[in-house]
Amino acid sequence: MSSEWPLWEVFIRGQHGLNHRHVGSLHAVDAEHALRNARDVYTRRHEGLSIWVARASDIVASSPTDDGPRFAPDDARIYPHPTLRDEAGTP
Amino acid sequence: MYAQLVKTSRAKAPEEMSEQERAFQARIDRGEKIEPKEWMPEEYRRTLIRQIGQHAHSEIVGQLPEGNWITRAPTLQRKAILLAKVQDEAGHGLYLYCAAETLGISRDELIAMLHSGKMKYSSIFNYPTLTWADIGAVGWLVDGAAIMNQVPLQRCSYGPYARAMVRICKEESFHQRQGYDLISKMARGTPEQKAMAQDALNRFWYPSLMMFGPSDKESVHSAQSMAWRIKINTNDELRQKFVDQTVPQAHYLGLTVPDDKLAWNEDKRAYDFSEPDWEEFYAVVRGDGPCNRDRLGARVKAWEDGAWFRDGLAAHAAKTRGAKMAAE
Repeated sequence: MSSEWPLWEVFIRGQHGLNHRHVGSLHAVDAEHALRNARDVYTRRHEGLSIWVARASDIVASSPTDDGPRFAPDDARIYPHPTLRDEAGTP
Repeated sequence: MYAQLVKTSRAKAPEEMSEQERAFQARIDRGEKIEPKEWMPEEYRRTLIRQIGQHAHSEIVGQLPEGNWITRAPTLQRKAILLAKVQDEAGHGLYLYCAAETLGISRDELIAMLHSGKMKYSSIFNYPTLTWADIGAVGWLVDGAAIMNQVPLQRCSYGPYARAMVRICKEESFHQRQGYDLISKMARGTPEQKAMAQDALNRFWYPSLMMFGPSDKESVHSAQSMAWRIKINTNDELRQKFVDQTVPQAHYLGLTVPDDKLAWNEDKRAYDFSEPDWEEFYAVVRGDGPCNRDRLGARVKAWEDGAWFRDGLAAHAAKTRGAKMAAE
């Protein structure tokens, strides 16, 4: 019988003032176990001040196939771009 | 290297590729990283699973020859260093298993394939560590050879593999320095200690050269892997680099590299050296090295002996979850 433990994604705050950053993943039975394993696998040498773990299956991600349209800037609306300098819209 | 015999076909020419494959190759040529959910050719995926899997297995099995000496380290400091190192190897195995899993294979499948012999690990770990000097030789030569291969892999095309490699290289480089420190203490110690250091070099030299895999002449079919940037240098390039780096270190230590043909070649600004015995290499890869059965036996035993504990943790987690849900 396969009784593989669920997969967790691990995020570490490396220093004061920085965001948590994704560092990798690991298997654990529950959240507490995941935190404990994350400490041993990813922060053995002062690499972190804080750890987040999240079940990999709970993470909602954008699909790479839509990336083109999703992240393409909208040329019809130029006002979000930092090059916009005057009210007429001429950069 | 840690993945020595990962064969791919010859590289496809642009006109043989589908539209999608051409776009994929263009991304790699531009130096873009490929990420888990993105489209990739099936063979790219399969090859990476084999390569990263072999690499992960090597880290895990690589704990065994070193673990052999933890209880007999000569000082408390050496023991602490070795313990931390063996724990790091476990960590490297875990980073790599995770990277392989992003390609759609499960951890259980990977472990089952290691245990059944369907997936390999590096031939180097099928040699025994007979004396304490061998621990120095493993750090100096084996980790040294591993670094040669792993540093360029930090730039490989598959994002999760490249990122795992960055973490691994940081740790591997001080493992190598610790090994060199150990062997240099012995090489400068009593005549008996020096003899042990020399004996360790004699036994580990050729197996270390084998770590880079067969000679480029042997058509290992790595052209496709190079085009995909999951292999950055050829086996012979890396082997030459390793010899050129290591021979002066051996001279400095007053040790003799066990190769009569070893000589500096001024024309190519590199050493000429003897190739390892490839018959022996293939025998070790097939399973007939000095320690193959021991190593795999120890892995399988550890996995089976730990089953009750893994099951226990899972059962406890399920029970706690049930109790929580009932309370809510």
